[in-house]
Parts: sequence; C-alpha cells; structure tokens
Amino acid sequence: MISNQIPDLIRELISFDLFPLTSAICVALSCGLIGNHLVLRKQSMMGDAISHAVLPGLVAAFLLSSSRSPVVMFLGAGASALITVALIELVKRLGRVEPGAAMGVVFSVMFALGVLMLEQASADHVDLDADCVLYGQLETLFFVAPNQWDQLLSIETLRAIPTQVTTLIGLTVLVLIFKLALHKELRIASFDPGLATTQGIHAGLITVLLMVMTAACAVASFEAVGSILVIAMLICPAATARLCTDRLSTQIKLSAVFAVSSAFIGYLLASFVPEMLGMPSSLNAAGMMSTVSGAMVAIAAAASPSHGLIAKSRRQRSLRRSIAIEDLIGTLYRASEMGITRSPTTTIELTMHIKDLNQVIQAAERQDLIINHGSQLELTKTGLATGAQLLRRHRLWEGYLVDEAGIRLDNVHDIAEQLEHLSTQEPVPDLQTDPQGKPVPPRMPPTL
Amino acid sequence: MSTATTQTPRSTLDARPEHSADNPLSVHAMTVAYHRKPVLWDVDYDAPPGSLVAIVGPNGAGKSTFIKACLGLIPAAAGTVEFWGKPYKNARAKIGYVPQRETVDWDFPVSALDVVCMGLYRKIGWFKPIRKAHKAAAMESLERMGLSEYANRQIAQLSGGQQQRVFLARALVQNADLYFMDEPFAGVDAATEAAIIEVLRELRSQGKTVIVVHHDLQTVPTYFDHAMLLNMRIVAAGPVSEVFTDENLNKTYGGRLTLLAEASEAVARAQQGQL
Repeated sequence: MISNQIPDLIRELISFDLFPLTSAICVALSCGLIGNHLVLRKQSMMGDAISHAVLPGLVAAFLLSSSRSPVVMFLGAGASALITVALIELVKRLGRVEPGAAMGVVFSVMFALGVLMLEQASADHVDLDADCVLYGQLETLFFVAPNQWDQLLSIETLRAIPTQVTTLIGLTVLVLIFKLALHKELRIASFDPGLATTQGIHAGLITVLLMVMTAACAVASFEAVGSILVIAMLICPAATARLCTDRLSTQIKLSAVFAVSSAFIGYLLASFVPEMLGMPSSLNAAGMMSTVSGAMVAIAAAASPSHGLIAKSRRQRSLRRSIAIEDLIGTLYRASEMGITRSPTTTIELTMHIKDLNQVIQAAERQDLIINHGSQLELTKTGLATGAQLLRRHRLWEGYLVDEAGIRLDNVHDIAEQLEHLSTQEPVPDLQTDPQGKPVPPRMPPTL
Repeated sequence: MSTATTQTPRSTLDARPEHSADNPLSVHAMTVAYHRKPVLWDVDYDAPPGSLVAIVGPNGAGKSTFIKACLGLIPAAAGTVEFWGKPYKNARAKIGYVPQRETVDWDFPVSALDVVCMGLYRKIGWFKPIRKAHKAAAMESLERMGLSEYANRQIAQLSGGQQQRVFLARALVQNADLYFMDEPFAGVDAATEAAIIEVLRELRSQGKTVIVVHHDLQTVPTYFDHAMLLNMRIVAAGPVSEVFTDENLNKTYGGRLTLLAEASEAVARAQQGQL
C-alpha cells in the first residue's frame, strides 16, 4: 500500500520552492512573450519606463485603500502610467530633448518619487519596503504544505496559495491568449502600421493594447519579483531569440524557451548552489535570473549561427582566404601568360603579401586549382580557367575605370584589384584589350 | 472630361471640377496642416477611372501627405474625400496602398511571403489564422512579380528592387480597384522599374486606377496618362499631354528645376510619337 504521508523532502520542496519557482516562470513567460514586440518596435525602453513609472501609482493606491488587491493596484498603476505618458510628451515639447531622454527623465523621477513615498509609508509601519521594489520577495512566497497527499488539493490548501501567485498565473494565461489570438495583428502593426490601419487593423489601438499588457506584466510582477527581473525579461529573452533566428514565429517560441529556462536556471543557481558551495545563505533569486538572462544574450551575440560574432568572423576569414586564393591564382596566371608555367614559391612569397601563404597554397590545392611541386607552383586546368576569368574581370574593370569613369591609367590597377573579386555583373563595354593593351580573356561558358 | 484644370488662383467655387460617383477618387477642398503650417491647401482633385496618374512636385510639396490624408492615415483639417462617391470606411476593401519603402524596418524577422500575406489581412479578418488558400494567393502574386524563388527569404536578404516588388505583390494580392503608391520607383534597378510599369499597365487594362507619387519627370509622359502637379496647392491636373507644360512645371517647381527643359522635350517626343 502506498503511504498517504508526503515525504519530508517533497513537502519541503512544495512549501519553499514550488511557488517562488512558479511565480518566476510566470513572470518570465509573460514578460518574455510581450517583450518580443517591444524589441522589434525598438521600444524596449518603453518597457523599462513603464515598469519603473508605475511605482508611485502602486504606492498611492496602497496607501489610499490600504488593500493589496490586484484591481486596486492596477488602477493606481494605470493612473501612474497615464501621467507618465503625458509628462513624457510635455518634456519632449518643452524641454526640446530627444524622445529617449524625455522618457529617461520622466521614468527615473517617477521611480524616485515612488521610492520616497515607500519610505514614508514604511515609516508609518506599513508593510511595504523599498528593497522589494527592485528585487521582489520571491523567497517569501512559501506556504505550509499539508502532511498528507489527499489534502494537497483540498479547498483549504488552495486558499492558502499566496494571491501574488494566482495573479501571476492569471496574467500568464491572459498574455498567452493575447499573443495567440492577435499574433497576426501584432505582427502587421509592428512591421507596417500604415498598412495595418488601411487593412482595418488600427495600429494605434494595437500599440495601446501592447502598452496595457506591458503595464499589466509590470504591475502583476512587481511585488513578487521586483522591477529588475521584469525589465530583464521584457528585453533579454526576445533579444536572445532575435539573434538566433530570422522568423518571427520561431523567435517567439525561442523567447519563451529562453525566458523559462533563465528563470529555472537562475532559481537553481540562487537557491541550491550557494548551499552546495558551503555559503551561509542563498542568493537573491530574481537578481540571479536576470543575470542568467543577460548571460544568454551575451552567449547568443557571440555564438549565434547567423548573427553571432564567431560566425561573422568565420565568414570574414573564409572570405579573406578565398580572396587570397584568387590573388594567388591571378599572379600565377599572369606568369603563365608570359610563358612561365611553374612559378617558384619563394618568388611569390617575396612579391605578394599573403598572410599564411602555406595555408592558402594548401587550400588552393584542395580546390584542385594548383599543383604544388614542392618549391614550384603550377596552375591546373581549372586553375587556368579561374585565372582567366579573374583577369578578364580585372582588365574589363580597368578599361571601364579609364574610359567611362575617367580615372588616370596609373591609378586604376589598385581599384581593379579590389573590384575583380566582386561577383557582380561585368562592367560594360565588352573590351578585347585593357588600357595597356593586354588581352582580355574571353568569357567562359558558365559550366563550372 | 479631358480638360485640364488649372486651379490657382481660384476665386469662386464654380471653378471647381465636377465630382462624380464614377470617379474612384474625389477630393474636395482638402487642407492638411502640421501644427499650424499648412502642407496642403484647398486641394480639389478627381481621378478618372482606368488611368495611371502621376503626382509630381518638389520635395515638401505634400505629395505623400496627400495620399496619407486620402487614406485617413493623417487627419485633414478640412475637406472631404470620397471613393466612388462613398466615404473611405465604406470603400476600404477596394483601395490598396504601397507606402514608401523606407517606412518599414526591413530587418524585421518576416519572409517575403509573410509580407505579401499582410495584404490579405482584411479578407482574413481579426483573430483568424492565415490559411493555405491565402498563402497560395500570396504566392501567385509573388510569382507575378518574378519573386517566387525568394518567397521564404527574410526580407533583409532581398535587394532594394526586390523589396519594392514584394510591396507591389502585397498590393496586388489585395485585388483593389484603386491603388495609391508612394514613390515605387525610388532607388530601384532597371529590371524592377520595367516590372513595375508592366504591372501598372496591366492594372489599367483591367479598368483600375493607380495614383503614383513620381520623381522622374522625364518618364512621366511615357508611363502615365494623367498628372497632378502639386506644390501645396494643385498647380494643374489632367491628361499629361495637356498639363505637362513648361509653364505649369515652372509654377510647380518655382523655376528651380534644371530638368525642366529635358522634361518638356520628353513631352514633345511623346506627343510626336503619338501623332
């Protein structure tokens, strides 16, 4: 018979970790999803501004009503957000500053005002404090799990779930519905507001909805996780996902994965790792999650297969290598025009400034362009054909630069040396000889 | 119907053109101002059905503003706009719009096919997903613009001309009867220009009207049959052969334009070709 008794370890996990983790994942998921459109509209700053600027409204609502019901909090935050938008407009007009600066001025002042109000309130022994505004109180979301399995889903137990948790679960459901139902509308309004409006999808309305959802995320998440995590989740997962794909639907799915995993990893790192390392107390979970999400952006910026720095520098290196090979082939071809079929490697080393010449030679050999006779290099048949096309482009460009662009003959070689590597169409007109009278090799049929 | 209307200065309302319910676009006394500075002043215009209309004028003449105000994208301070005698909201489905290419972020993570599908969003309706039939229609439109092999490319990977053709394909898929195009020829290659003009002519042969903001005065006589010369006010509007004169162009461009002589030569050539 299976015992009805909940084992201590599981009971402890349910009591201390289940709700903080659930809350964090809800915040990450909802902010991460909404953040996609802020990032795409280049309005990430807006998320930052809103999540800071709602603070005085929240505090005022709490002080006036002395209740923490989500409805009251949301009303206060909404009023705060409206005042912020109006103030930003005002500062923009009167202060003659750029929009970003106007936003920065207003939201930081609003946030500071909120913190002052909080201090005043906590002096009056009201249960609110300034620390939790930044980092939240994830760790305090524990509840006392029952001893028995069959009590776990009883009414009393469910009632004991902290309201922040139920609010966050509600928010996540709302965001999921919003994103699923309005995917196409959000996409067109973010991409081309003018077209959206002429298609009967009022772009202004969509923008307002998006801002309302951003504010909802900020308000609902505030108490549980603090503003740092909200801002991090509004920007980092979407930015990471954007670096990894060029498809919006993939980006949104990836952002959800990144958001949830940074919440999960951050939580594990904050609560269990310090203990394992023998540190006296656990670290702040919200701070750790934000750090993890930031680290993900850094990793994606470095290692993303399409937009990452590593991929970019690899592409650049391979381009540089193929240009070096072309230069080598060109030199060998010029020699072969003068009847020299085998060129000494040392001559090439001295006359051309190719970095890593040996590697370039090996690469050209692998591509079956040259034969390496030890101290001498010879073009293969393919190499000769490639060289002919390269010299054709070079000499046609020289002709073009002298005849059409009116550049002096002694200046054109270096320019043509760069243009010959381009894979654009050939310059017109089709010449037989270059300005110095050297023959232009005929065009090859495009069989290679 | 084909008389030119030279509308400034105008003293009485009697001088205004007849508005007709046959006309795809009738603009009456439209004035648009940004803050307190007028951009368009008392514009009256009727676009005839089945024609290609060029809007020409110097920078800042209000050409794009005219289009946006017709579409209700920016509010007009005064005046009325009617489409086939009906207000915009009753005619929206029959009106297509191609904005300037620079107005959108081409790094946006969507494919060419996604962008063309956006032309169908009105037909698809709010909340509803894009179905296979919609994608097929979009694909057909891309094919018409010679872009079928680029359907799944992200739009940033297309050349400027290809991007413009994607915009055209998106307009075509709407199957509208009146199109507004804001500088579709700006910065495109010769192949794209030819493709666009072919599509414009095809639309005209189907009885549709296309109103195009155009910069290249020399090609106006060959590409378009009607022209609207705009510089805050309408200087002249009507068939190209009648309104595209030295005098009108001088008034429109304030004599600043060195291309004027070439443009009137082009008119003369086109007229000789017709005779």
